[in-house]
Amino acid sequence: MCRWPTTCALDNNVMKENMPAANQGNIVISIHGLVKKFEAVSVLNGVDIDIYKGENVAVLGRSGTGKSVLIKIIAGLLAPDEGTVIVLGKEVSKLNVKELQEYRRKIGFSFQSSALYDSMTVRQNLEFPLVRNKRELNNKEVKEAVESVLESVGLPKTINQVPSELSGGQRKRIGIARTLILRPEIMLYDEPTAGLDPITSVEINNLINKVQKEYNTTSIIITHDLTCAKETGDKVAVLSDGKFIEQGNFDEVFKTNDKIVRDFYDYNFTSNK
Amino acid sequence: MAQDSDTYGQIKKKKHLLAAALGDFFTGIYNVYRFIIRFFKEVFIPPYEFKEIIRQCYDVGCRSLALISLTGFITGIVFTKQSRPSLAEFGATSWLPSLIGIAIIRALAPLITALIAAGKVGSNIGAELGSMKVTEQIDAMEVSATNPFKFLVVSRVIATTVMMPILVLYTGLVGMLGSYLNIHHNEATSFTAFFKSAFINISFLDISASIFKAIAYGFTIGIAGCYQGYNATKGTEGVGKAANSAVVISMFLVFVEEMIIVQVANHLRT
Repeated sequence: MCRWPTTCALDNNVMKENMPAANQGNIVISIHGLVKKFEAVSVLNGVDIDIYKGENVAVLGRSGTGKSVLIKIIAGLLAPDEGTVIVLGKEVSKLNVKELQEYRRKIGFSFQSSALYDSMTVRQNLEFPLVRNKRELNNKEVKEAVESVLESVGLPKTINQVPSELSGGQRKRIGIARTLILRPEIMLYDEPTAGLDPITSVEINNLINKVQKEYNTTSIIITHDLTCAKETGDKVAVLSDGKFIEQGNFDEVFKTNDKIVRDFYDYNFTSNK
Repeated sequence: MAQDSDTYGQIKKKKHLLAAALGDFFTGIYNVYRFIIRFFKEVFIPPYEFKEIIRQCYDVGCRSLALISLTGFITGIVFTKQSRPSLAEFGATSWLPSLIGIAIIRALAPLITALIAAGKVGSNIGAELGSMKVTEQIDAMEVSATNPFKFLVVSRVIATTVMMPILVLYTGLVGMLGSYLNIHHNEATSFTAFFKSAFINISFLDISASIFKAIAYGFTIGIAGCYQGYNATKGTEGVGKAANSAVVISMFLVFVEEMIIVQVANHLRT
């Protein structure tokens, strides 16, 4: 466990020991001194984190602590005010339009609201990024890719439905399927279990783990659901006041006496019992 | 003394508010300018969204067709009815088809079509894109390495720009038909005689000015709707605001353009 940034080098070594040998030292996402302000309000205030290849990192924090802002910066949807965000060896804020488009082919972003295109069917939702990014594919290959990815999220029968006919959990799965169809190297999940019942949440957690194994992705899971963080995160990072105040594996992080982290744990687990 | 400082404070506050409003206004104009420049950059760069453009053209045409038919037809009848007594006073009812032709082709058809399209198509574009913006669908397109501007904005602006001249010609024909039915009912004029007489004073400049107007109106309605929707904020309230602003701004600009194009056309005519 570390209290970033002072002892994190040590903590990263601990993490690396638990990771496959091939991935050691292979940093996919490296964020240092990240600051993001909206007018006078500073949302991120010096965020530092290194994420290794194949790792699932759950970012925990209360609402409004800048968790979603963090992954939007990684996806290039927002620009940082200060600091560096290096993903797959490239500094995101310095990419030009063409490079950004190329970079985004390697990134999958699952939105909190699923953000499915509501005027299109599930098939059209999945085809949309595929036909525009892989123009060499013929109709048969596109059809096969759509059916295969729907199979892998367990929803092959929804192919001709429109988003308004789907349940919250189904929408999340289709949203994940739409990102998986481009076979991304990095997955960014924004509150994947928010607003879902406990059983559907477990299904989504399992899906996140399945994606990690099958697609060999590196993931950041933004959540305030400790069960989700525990089930999906190889590493947990707690964001508070615009900084990571704790990082490590789940059990290590929640052994702390830090009031904010303790409160988070107690409200999620103790008060539910 | 305290009252003076209060008044001074209020004036200062008002000055700040005025400065902020002016600042917002000019920033808005600059942003629209950048939006239009981006449109012209993207419109020529492949890949092209042909399927979406055709779908949008069909949507724009179909969405307004019923309303345009009705209003065009009624305008033709009403304008003829209202003009007849004045011309009859001078025994000049035979000039009625010619007057109707000039009025409909030069002014009424483009203006009525544009106003209806602004209300029907402009608001629809504003609301649709606004809703996509606030539900993060546009962001989702962006992070999936596609170009939402090309798919959503370019296709819609092309559709409104291409479809508006067709709709204007259609409105003109329907309006003339309404007018013919009224004249035929009163004066038993034949179809051929009516149309011969209606088009006798219509020049190439009149028709080309109308088509140019239609293109300008179509572009304006498309850009205003897309700009408002694409930049919508603040949830459902923002969607309503985007739809509303799209209509108000489009209508205002349509009238400004009408005034300018009429002046230029009159200048060319003389």
